[in-house]
Amino acid sequence: MNRRNVYIAHTSCITPLGFTVESNVQAIENGTTGISHWEDDALLPEPFFAARINDNTLDGAFAQISTATYSRLEKMMILALQSVVSAAGVALGQKTGLILSTTKGNITALNGSDRLAGGVYLQGLAKNVAGFFGFTAQPVVISNACVSGIMAVSVAKRLIQAGMYDNVFVVSGDEVSKFVLSGFNSFKAMSPQPCKPYSANREGVSLGEAAAAVLVTINSENAKAIVAGDGSINDANHISGPSRTGEGLVRSIESALNEAGVEANAIDYVSAHGTATPFNDEMEAIALNRLELNNVPVNSFKGYYGHTLGASGLLETVIGLETMEQGRLFASLGYDEPGVSQPINVIAENKDSEINYWLKTASGFGGCNTAVVFKNVN
Amino acid sequence: MADKFYISGYCTISNNRIVLNGEEYFSAPDAAFTDFAKQAYKHAETDYAKFFKMDNLSKLSFLASDLLLNNGADNSNTALLFANASSSLDTDVKYNESIIDAENYFPSPAVFVYTLPNICMGEISIRHKLFTENSFFVFEGFNSDFFVNYATSLLETAKADKVLCGWVEYFKDDYKAFMYLVSKEGTTEHTENNIQTLYLS
Repeated sequence: MNRRNVYIAHTSCITPLGFTVESNVQAIENGTTGISHWEDDALLPEPFFAARINDNTLDGAFAQISTATYSRLEKMMILALQSVVSAAGVALGQKTGLILSTTKGNITALNGSDRLAGGVYLQGLAKNVAGFFGFTAQPVVISNACVSGIMAVSVAKRLIQAGMYDNVFVVSGDEVSKFVLSGFNSFKAMSPQPCKPYSANREGVSLGEAAAAVLVTINSENAKAIVAGDGSINDANHISGPSRTGEGLVRSIESALNEAGVEANAIDYVSAHGTATPFNDEMEAIALNRLELNNVPVNSFKGYYGHTLGASGLLETVIGLETMEQGRLFASLGYDEPGVSQPINVIAENKDSEINYWLKTASGFGGCNTAVVFKNVN
Repeated sequence: MADKFYISGYCTISNNRIVLNGEEYFSAPDAAFTDFAKQAYKHAETDYAKFFKMDNLSKLSFLASDLLLNNGADNSNTALLFANASSSLDTDVKYNESIIDAENYFPSPAVFVYTLPNICMGEISIRHKLFTENSFFVFEGFNSDFFVNYATSLLETAKADKVLCGWVEYFKDDYKAFMYLVSKEGTTEHTENNIQTLYLS
């Protein structure tokens, strides 16, 4: 089968650290976190740490592009997509797809106060977002737990190679809500401090909210990277905990490397999942060691953004692409002392480094994993 | 396109009735879904205690997939490609009821984990030891065009030897599972028309 190159071009993100990629990278360069302390009974009966987007900032930014009524998450997603759609200048015909990834979408609409007709359905959310721009193809919605955001990039590439589309806009987003806060809290998975991925002092996740968008395309113009290989393989082990051996993640990375036609030693950087739960970080360390990726610089962006669920994989891809373009490895915020049983090369401080191939990974409930290999085109 | 792919088996579960490869396999008129599911589980002589901890979407998906994967063939590299319209909304609503009221606040991790639609694929992967490609999509209705394109892509790029495609919809006692196994084996060609016909049959 003729597998043409598929590229990733034009990126954007809407996060507590800023509404442009530039402002986000600057905040990360400065070691700023978006995670802060909250006491809000309407969200959780006890104090918590989370990275949240300011409502006034969001409404102010949205008012500059529209006066129409949208949910908070829709505003985040439309703002993220707006800059990519306008930068790309691609006609929104049948060969232009829209992939939207999210875990919980407009789940807050279940609570009467801001009920939105149809918007609680993920296709309803997608239609609202697609309608803003006038996409003609039916949106493809991915809801695959915490790998959704990076899986969306993989699916976009596969659908382009299958000939369904020439261009796919990908948008991902999730909110901090009473629904997810109560759920993660019921699992006793929430950290009583801003999360500390891979640290011996880690105590669990901090949740966050964000939207991110990219263009995946057959057109090499404006390309940042080639989407060189990908895999999304299940652990077949447990629905709410990762495999102790990292089986699904290992196989996902192997599948991605195999397709990219490179060995593990070609990888210059790994943007990992790093939720800061004891089991997840341990599982990743085991998987990276099994693949002899243990000396490759690795970080988690959760210390800056918290865990943004269905947005995280795409948001971290956007920042990973900046890491690659700028040749600048960013510190894994919150990391102090090694806290996994097998050594990995966690980036402790920002430093310059040339990046040709890099890997994005994520893992989630249901035993899912996704790995994507990106190749620098410059 | 070098290879042709075929549908080697299909299964529909709706209205208290299971139809396997075009023939009625089991029915239990008038039973509520949980009872129907339990009876179908027993009818198939299934022995898998985890089944009873699953939410409705996972039970529905499990029943259909068990009938197609327990076929004596080597299904070890079978990808799961699932989609529905309501995501996990059936369990979302139940979970949400446990947190709406401050006086009656009892979020349960055992319920929360099922507020993700892909959990049903995790259950099937565990059951059949499938270390394979998994992905869950949401569409307004059964989307044969998408299923054909994505399943073909998985097979042609050798990401999988077979693909178990599933439309698994469950919301407020309204349910339908339509599953079929795609590979190089079989007689019914894997085309949009054929899939649509089987879905409606």
